[in-house]
Parts: sequence; C-alpha cells; structure tokens
Amino acid sequence: MRFMYIVKHPGPSTQPPPEMMEAMHKLADREIKAGRMLDNGGLMPVATGAQVRIADGKLSVIDGPFVEAKEVIGGYAVFELRDKEEAVAMAREFMQLHLDFMPGWEGTCEVRAFAGP
Amino acid sequence: MTSDDRDHAMHRSILAVWRIEQPRLITNLSRMLRDVPLAEELTQDALVAALEHWPTAGVPEKPGAWLMATAKRRALDHLRRARMLARKHEMVALELEAEQQAMPDLDAALDDDIGDELLRLIFTACHPLLSREGRVALALRMICGLTTEEIARAFLVADATIAQRIVRAKRTLSESGLAYETPSGAELSERLSSVLEVVYLIFNEGYTAARGEEWLRPQLCNEALRIGRVLTTIAPFEPETHGLLALMELNASRTAARTDAAGEPILLLDQNRALWDQLQIRRGMQALDRARKLDGAGGFYALQAAIIACHAEAGTAADTDWPGIAALYAELMTVMPSPIIELNRAVAVSMVEGPEAGLAIVDRLVNEPALKDYHLLPNVRGDLLYKLGRYDEARAAFEAAAGLAGNKREQDFLKRRAAEAADAVKSS
Repeated sequence: MRFMYIVKHPGPSTQPPPEMMEAMHKLADREIKAGRMLDNGGLMPVATGAQVRIADGKLSVIDGPFVEAKEVIGGYAVFELRDKEEAVAMAREFMQLHLDFMPGWEGTCEVRAFAGP
Repeated sequence: MTSDDRDHAMHRSILAVWRIEQPRLITNLSRMLRDVPLAEELTQDALVAALEHWPTAGVPEKPGAWLMATAKRRALDHLRRARMLARKHEMVALELEAEQQAMPDLDAALDDDIGDELLRLIFTACHPLLSREGRVALALRMICGLTTEEIARAFLVADATIAQRIVRAKRTLSESGLAYETPSGAELSERLSSVLEVVYLIFNEGYTAARGEEWLRPQLCNEALRIGRVLTTIAPFEPETHGLLALMELNASRTAARTDAAGEPILLLDQNRALWDQLQIRRGMQALDRARKLDGAGGFYALQAAIIACHAEAGTAADTDWPGIAALYAELMTVMPSPIIELNRAVAVSMVEGPEAGLAIVDRLVNEPALKDYHLLPNVRGDLLYKLGRYDEARAAFEAAAGLAGNKREQDFLKRRAAEAADAVKSS
C-alpha cells in the first residue's frame, strides 16, 4: 500500500536545527535504502507560494505574501508499505525525532493511504 | 474495542515495528555471530520478547533500539555459552562485551550503515547452493520479515512445506560453512544472477495471482519491488539490478488495468491506459535509463524492461512501436535463446508484417518439446489463425489452449475465445 505522510504544524515555519536535519537525513537515507520511501520533500513557507482558489463560482489567483495560516504543511513523504500498522510505526519514529531534537515543537503527521487497487 | 481486538491491534503494531527493524537486526547479529541462521533465530527471539513485554509495559520510545539491545543481549549470551567450546569465541565475546560497555548509547547501534551488511545478507539468503524454493523462502523470511505462515499463504502451500524448506535451507547454510561476505570478481555476476532470479520469481508469483485471491499473493510483487529497490541503492553499479527493477516497476504499473471488476483478465492491448500508474512508469523508466547508462542495455532484464517500456510509452495501443519490440525480442533471443521468447517475437512480427508472418514463426515452434504443455503457444496460434479468417483452425487451437491453461480464469477466457471462433465459422 502506498501512503502519503503530511506533516503539519502551527505556522510560521521555522528552520529545524542542524541535529534535527541530520537525524531526518539519516532516517530518510535508511528508508530509501530499505526500498520503502519513494519520495519526500520539505516545503517552502506558505508566504512564498500562491493560491488558486474557487469561491462563489469564481476562480481567482492569489499571489503571496499571505498571512500565515493557523496550521501549515511543512513537508511530505510517500512510502510503500505493507499495511497501516507499518505506516503508523514509521510515523512514530519520524515524530519521535521532533521530540528528541526540537523540544517544545508541536505538530501532526497525517498518515493517509492512496486510493487505488 | 474488546480486549481481544486490542491484543490483536497491539500484536500487529509490534509485528510492523519488528518487520521494519528485522534486516538490521539480522545483519548486526550475523556480524557478531558469523552465523546467519542463528542470527535469524535470535531476531525471532527478540520479537517474542517484544510480544511478551510491550503489551503490558507499553511500546518503548525507541522500539528499534529496544529490539536491537534485546537481540544483541541474546547473541552475547550465546557467545558466552559457546565460550566453553572455543577460545576464539571467547575473544570475540570479550571484545563485544567491551564494545557494548563502551557504547551504552543505544542510538549508536542504529546509526550503522547497513548497506553492505544487508547486501551480504541478501547474497547469503539467495546462495546458489540452496534450492530455488529454499532461496525464495529464506529471502522472504530474512529480508522481508514474512512469517512462515504468511509465505505459505502467499504460495498456496502448507505451512509445514515452507517450514521444512526454511529448515533445510538454513541447515545447508550452517553445514556448508560459507563465508558470510559479499562476493567479488567473477563470482559476483554468478551470485548476483542467483539473487535477481529469486527476486523475479517472487515478483512473478505475485503478478500471476488473480485479483480477489488471498491478498498476500499480490503483496509478493511489492516485496520483490522492495528488494529490487534495496539492491539498486546498495549495489548501484550493477546494471542488471536496475534492469530488473525497471522490468518489475513497469509491469506492476499495469496492475489496476489488468483485470475487470469481476476479476477477469484484460489483455494488454485492450487495457484502459488511464489506469496505468504513471508514478511507477516514471520510476521504471528512470531505472531503465540507469541500466543503459551503465552499459547494460543488452542485459537479460534490461531488454525485457525495454520491451515493456515500448508499451508504457505508447499513448494508445495503436501507437505501439512494434518494429522496436520485434527487434528487442530478436536481441533477447541472442542473450537467452528460448522458444518462449521466440513465441513473443512472433506476436510482435505479426503486428509489423501481418498475421501470416507471425504464424510462420509460431508453426516452427509447434514441435518444440519445451512448449508441449505451454498454453500460450496454441493461444497465440489461435489469435493469428482467427485474424487470418481460418476460424475453425482457430477454434481448435483455443480449445487446445484451454485444456492446457493452469488457472480457471484463463481456461474460461480461452473457452470464450473458442466459442467466438465457432460462431465465426457458422456466420462465414
């Protein structure tokens, strides 16, 4: 089963400390070598993005800067795993890094299975 | 949720963690013990320990480190006991004990780069000394962390059969006194082809499973893909590992389109290409590209991948590069001469030069002993005869094919083709 991991936290985004970056890099490296992680990436701050929106039946493009949303998506990953239990085990390990290296950080890692066969 | 449900959920969570950690546990223990089968047993013991402790004590903060520490403790116990037997082991045990004391930080154990170790483990599990079935079972058990029962269910055989294959394979490994190492030089290519063969066997076993069958069977494709991806990251300079991964990714990309809602097979040319998984196609094309860059375009797996790539890259069935496919099959015949490949070439040639030219090749294969019981030979013959309007001969060929087909869905499909041909006889 393919899973999407979406990491959300209250904005604005902050740069993780180097130890955190290193730990995440190690975990990512391990998961690529294990053939489980297919793709991952961090996202630039919301303020630098754009929004294409439909409201009241009209399409509009809103370019930044924006007021930071209450909760922003900081990054994502795509994994190929056997079942939801494995997916949750991976998410726990990833989130534990935040506990270890970014005390005080709060956020959510949403684990979602891809629709498909 | 009843307490039974909770126990079951906990059990599944523990198994999930263990499966993720298992290859690293085995490789670390194999290095300590120089004995892969024993290392495998002790990692199973660590799983049992987790199943005993975690439901009451809770899942530890760092479950991987917990499992590693537990497994290493078992290995040390083992080495201590073995101390009575051999002075050499004593030295190893003392060294390891010192190492353990000097490094109480469990995280350090997790930082090991396991690439080389894992490769060594894969080469051991897929050693050509072992029977093909033994290699498949050991690989699924030691590299993918499947249980004996799961492997048995995936291969539709009895638990005892798989258990016996594993015991026999492990005994062969223990008794042969094989060096636990990555082969090099001339030996490497022979050993590597044994590994790739096992991975492709696992993939095909899953790929031939029908939808709606036991979910573990199709799951074999994912396990094979995973080992394939592992191989390309830890042995990146071997073109055929990329070739095999490309072949598997490209084939797997069609999974959603291969059967209809009732589970009936849909032929490649009739499939809805919108259902092909573009992410997987892209990964397959990248892998094929890497194989080519490593001068591996002419490899056994890379050539097969290139053939599938011709289909993957065609927007519609009519856009298929049949001359390209016919040429690739001809090249494949020089790498690995086989009547099955020649039969496939016949199909491609028929698409380029017409059914008559294809039938000429097929008719040369009719007396081939290797294809005596191969249902696809009369199946292809029936197709070509039908296209030529020789409906009665087509009907006979489809009936012969139905008699040889191993699975019920294929039999039904071929009987329908035979009936279609019979109708055509009447109306012509």
